Formats: sequence, C-alpha cells, structure tokens
Amino acid sequence: MMGTEFVALSLPPILIGVLVAVACALPGNFLLLRRQALIGDAISHVVLPGIVVAFLLTGMVATGPMLLGAAAAAVLAVVAIEAVRRLGRIEAGAAMGVIFTAMFAGGVLLLEQSDTSNVHLDVEHALYGNLESLIWLDATGWASLLDPAALAGLPVELSRMALALIVITMFLVIFWRPIALSTFDEGFARGLGIRTGPLGLALVIMSAIAAVAAFDAVGSIIVIAMFICPPAAARMMTNRLGRQVAWSVLFAVLAAVSGYVLAGYGPLWIGANASVSAAGMIATMSGIILGITALFGPHRSSSS
Amino acid sequence: MNIALVTSQDTDHAVRAASPLAVRGMTVSYGQTPAIFSVDMTVRAGAMTAIVGPNGAGKSTLLKAALGVITPLAGSVTAFGEPMADMRDRIAYVPQRASVDWDFPVRVIDVVMMGMYRKLGLLGRVRGQHKTLAKNCLDRVGMADFAHRQIGQLSGGQQQRVFLARALAQEADVYVLDEPFAGVDAATEKAIIAVLKGLRDAGKTVLAVHHDLATVPDYFDDVLLLNTQVVAFGAVSETFTEDNLQAAYGGRLTTARADPESVAG
Repeated sequence: MMGTEFVALSLPPILIGVLVAVACALPGNFLLLRRQALIGDAISHVVLPGIVVAFLLTGMVATGPMLLGAAAAAVLAVVAIEAVRRLGRIEAGAAMGVIFTAMFAGGVLLLEQSDTSNVHLDVEHALYGNLESLIWLDATGWASLLDPAALAGLPVELSRMALALIVITMFLVIFWRPIALSTFDEGFARGLGIRTGPLGLALVIMSAIAAVAAFDAVGSIIVIAMFICPPAAARMMTNRLGRQVAWSVLFAVLAAVSGYVLAGYGPLWIGANASVSAAGMIATMSGIILGITALFGPHRSSSS
Repeated sequence: MNIALVTSQDTDHAVRAASPLAVRGMTVSYGQTPAIFSVDMTVRAGAMTAIVGPNGAGKSTLLKAALGVITPLAGSVTAFGEPMADMRDRIAYVPQRASVDWDFPVRVIDVVMMGMYRKLGLLGRVRGQHKTLAKNCLDRVGMADFAHRQIGQLSGGQQQRVFLARALAQEADVYVLDEPFAGVDAATEKAIIAVLKGLRDAGKTVLAVHHDLATVPDYFDDVLLLNTQVVAFGAVSETFTEDNLQAAYGGRLTTARADPESVAG
C-alpha cells in the first residue's frame, strides 16, 4: 500500500523539512536585509559546543538538555558577537567570523576529547542531521492522521518544529512594523522611540530558536541554506517587503518538498540504486531556486 | 552672542519650557576624542535654525544625541520643557539620505506611512484617513505621482523629498533635518525650502544641519556655529559674522565659504 508507506516513512520527514525551511526563511528575510545573513550560519555553528557540553553534563543524548545547551551557546555567541562588535568597533560580519569559528572549533575539540563514540553525536550528524530516520511507525495509512493514538507516535521533532514556527510567526506578525522600520532606517526608528537594540536582539533570538530546534532533526546544512537562499531568491521576485516574505515561504516549501523527493527517488530515476542525503538535497534545491531567480527574476538588479 | 549664561536653575527651567528643543552639556565621544563637547543649544520656537560648522565638527552627532538616536556620554535634552522621551510625538526627524539602503524592498508610499508609526502602533489598522494623509504629504513635496515607485528608482533629490514627506506625515511641531540639501538638485532644494518655510510660517520649528554657508542668511533665522564646541549661537544677523565664521572654521574657511559680502548679509 503506497498510502501507508508514504504516511509512515515520507510524510513526517517532508513535514519536518517544510517546517524547518519556513521557520528559518522567515527571520532570514530580515537578517538578509540587515546584512546579517551570516548570523544564521554563525548560530548553527555555535550551537555545537552547547550540545556537546549538555551531553557531557548529563551523559545522554536527550532533547531537553541538548536544546538548553544549544540555546545557552547561541545566547552566549550573540552576546559575544555584540561585545566584539561594540568594544572592538569592527563590522558585524567580522565579529561573527571570529566568534563562530572559535566556538565551532571548541565544539569539535570537545567532541574529539570526550568519549562520544558510542552515541549518535558526531560531526557528520551535526552537519546533515538524520531527516530520513524521522519516521512514524504508528501510521497505518492516511486515516492515522485522525487517530489520536497514532498521532501520539509522531516524531517529537515535528511538534517541536511546529511550536518554533508558531513562536517565530507570531513574533514577526506582532512586531512587523517596528522590525521593518528599523531594518530600513535605524536612525529614524530610534527617533520614533523604537528600542532598536532589544528588537534586533529579539530577531536574532528568533533565528536562534529556529536554528536550535532544527539542528537535531536536520543538521546545520539546511539551516544555513534556508536562512539565506529562499529570502535572497524572493528578493529578486518583488520590490515589496510583504511579498518578499511570502515568496520566501513559497520557495522554502518548494525546496523542502522537491529536495526530499529528489533525494529519495532521484537516484532511482537515473538508474542508481541508493538514495542521497535529504538534508543535502533540500539545501541544493534552495541553491538551484536562488540560481534560477538570479538569472530570470524580475527584480534582479538594484533599482529596477 | 552666547545664549543662556544661566545664573540659577529656575531661570533655565523657564528658558527650557519655552523652547521646543533645549540641549544642556551634551558630550558625545566615538572612541577617545569627543565628537561634541559640552554643547548647550536652546532652539527658538517658530524659528528656522541652522547648525553650521566644518566637516567633523559634530553637527550630525549633535542632532542624533538630541533626539536620542545615539547615547551621549553626558548631557540632557528637553522638548517643550519635558523629557525628550515623552515628547516624541511632537518631533519629526529626517536622517541623512545616505544613512539608509535605498535598495530596500519598499515603495514610496510605504516609506511615508512609516511616519505614522506612533499613530498606528504595532497592529493598528491602516485606514483611509492614513492613506489620504500619506498622499497629501507626498503632494506637498511634489512627489504624488511617484507613490507606487520602488524607492531605489528615485533620484537623490526625489529620495530626499520622500524623507521630508515621511516627516510631514508625523504631523509634528518640530522638524529636525540632517543635511536636507546634500546632493540634491536645484529644483528639490527650492521645493524643500518652500515646505520648511511653510512649516515655520505655520508656527512650527525647524532645525537643520546645513553645509552651504552662502544660503544661510536666505534660509534661516538663527544659526549655531559648531566646532566640537559651540562657537556662537543666535540670530543670523548678529551671529553669522566674519569673526565667528573664522573662529568656527579656522584656516579652512577660505575654501569652504562663499562670497564674504553675502556671508556678512
């Protein structure tokens, strides 16, 4: 039965992929316009030492402590980046480069020094996650979507990503005006009494929530790609902020679904008999979408 | 003429209450050297005041510190005698055009709507009256036909007019402008000064950083000569003198100023 197999094996990873993609793409729009696109990259790297430290302290790979550790590391990194930027009076990108490289290196060092060989925590997992393994064994077909007992067996990553997406969406809806205003013209926004510092920090924290929630399920490759590629592609489709965000969501969904399907079935179509990493393929699709819009998007060049 | 050599706090309180924007002891530093040092400024209500001085004199810094856009090392600001933070509805700010990214995905009309942020709040609905106000403001700067253009498609002068329209949409009592005539065409300069004079004639107060000494007597009522510290402050007729300009600009005036006749104007 195709239905049963699809609902149990493919639907949860596709849904998680879509949720991850959208949760990262939404704040990514503003990071991109603020010339802070690298911050998504930075966050997905700096969470590694946090996760390793959480593992060392608790001795197990459990979601709760790892999320806490990752969140602590992300917050520490944000503070450190701001500190380096302000005290060193250097450009934000350079400050991020210093902090996220140092923290990722620290994470790898910790990982190598500690005995994590018997658990599923390694550098490869950190990069690619394990999207394909997030299956729904309780599903017996489409009807399971209405069966509470079966729904309880859904991968925990699904509800976690859904929650993260809801939080991020609500934040952006409520603070849309001041965020848009301070992204365009920070000086004017401050003149209006908008507290641009805390607002910018909140935006980065929202990005961190997306990155940390996504990290365990899909690894950092998708996260990095989704913060940048869908918003950048969307920018070339329109000259209006609201529409840019809408396009970025569309592109994120498109990349997640097409990437998962291509990773699972693409190799079979060309005669190979294995599948490739879904996370890697989803990131690749987002890059291809960006490439297409860069060539054919209606608003490619500046002031057109 | 140095305003407000204050003898008691009571008299300064009265002076501040009468001023739409009063700055005391403002000191700002980027790094080691102060950008402005202990600046006092009491803007006269209903007047057009220019802040004039050489490059690096701290003109923009003074505006930003007065409006709370940057945090000073020391100093206090009152608007109409009240703390600045409580009077934001009555003060409109036009930053330097070069300070923003003009490739931002936003249309002219959306930029003007930003001026209504304090009226609309976080989630307040945009109603017909708001759109009408935005269109009126664009009309006043001669940009009504450009409402739906992307801002990157405009010329520098047109961009500056849109910034002014956004400030008009704030319906404030005080208009603070940072280099409003920098890099704009002659037609735009005329249009902007007409709007500003119209505001003054309606009883509003205008404060602008200005870089063209030749037009100071034509455009402004009062002038503050700044070079890190206040060199002189008062009515243009008394303050805008050869001696004060030499003091503000040092040896650099020969290249910076216009014809001495008009300067003395």
